[in-house]
Amino acid sequence: MTPTIRIQSAPFDPGHEAALIEDGRRDIGAIVSFTGLCRDEDGTLAALELEHYPGMAEAEIARVAEEALARWPLSALTVIHRHGRILPGERIVLVITAARHRGDAFAAAEFLMDYLKTRAPFWKKEHRADGSVGDWVEAKAKDDAAAERWNK
Amino acid sequence: MKALYFAWVRERIGRAEEELSPPPEVATVGELIAWLKSRDEAYALAFENAAVIRTAIDKAHVRHETPIAGAREIAFFPPMTGG
Repeated sequence: MTPTIRIQSAPFDPGHEAALIEDGRRDIGAIVSFTGLCRDEDGTLAALELEHYPGMAEAEIARVAEEALARWPLSALTVIHRHGRILPGERIVLVITAARHRGDAFAAAEFLMDYLKTRAPFWKKEHRADGSVGDWVEAKAKDDAAAERWNK
Repeated sequence: MKALYFAWVRERIGRAEEELSPPPEVATVGELIAWLKSRDEAYALAFENAAVIRTAIDKAHVRHETPIAGAREIAFFPPMTGG
């Protein structure tokens, strides 16, 4: 099974991506879909600018996807991550996992998101609603902890 | 080798990429950071807290202890905040 991995500036449609996975299959019992959105931070954020490392972003997500496939018997796997300017309410990231049983699909989706957060080379910069350029978003210790728990 | 800088590392250095020719005694990623840091104030600011800087050689994560011999491309960036 080859995972579907896309790094793109264009928006994506989670329903369409899930339908592509379901199409023509009779062996899949569970599909889990996670969508990460851009928050407006109580009206203070005008946009996020997502910088990425072209080439490495694809390669690193592919490595994380291979790890997920080695850990759980997945029937299908899709990861889409956007870059560029993203407005509040827009989608940033999509992870879809499909498996015979829901436990594997849920666990793999959570693993993928935890690992993407700490290993995929993307960086968010804030543009504030008052017109000023804000700060680079700081990495959170809780994200490292979330990724670390899969090593136990 | 080609060096790439991302996010605030790129902004502090003032460029996204450049060719580097470190002296032969610079053997590891960490030593390369120390060498860059000594170049001027911009690099010193970018690498002032070297411990937080993440690095990749040829598009794969590496640690500061990793040798740089044979590297074609080396990237320096802050902890990642995607997802």
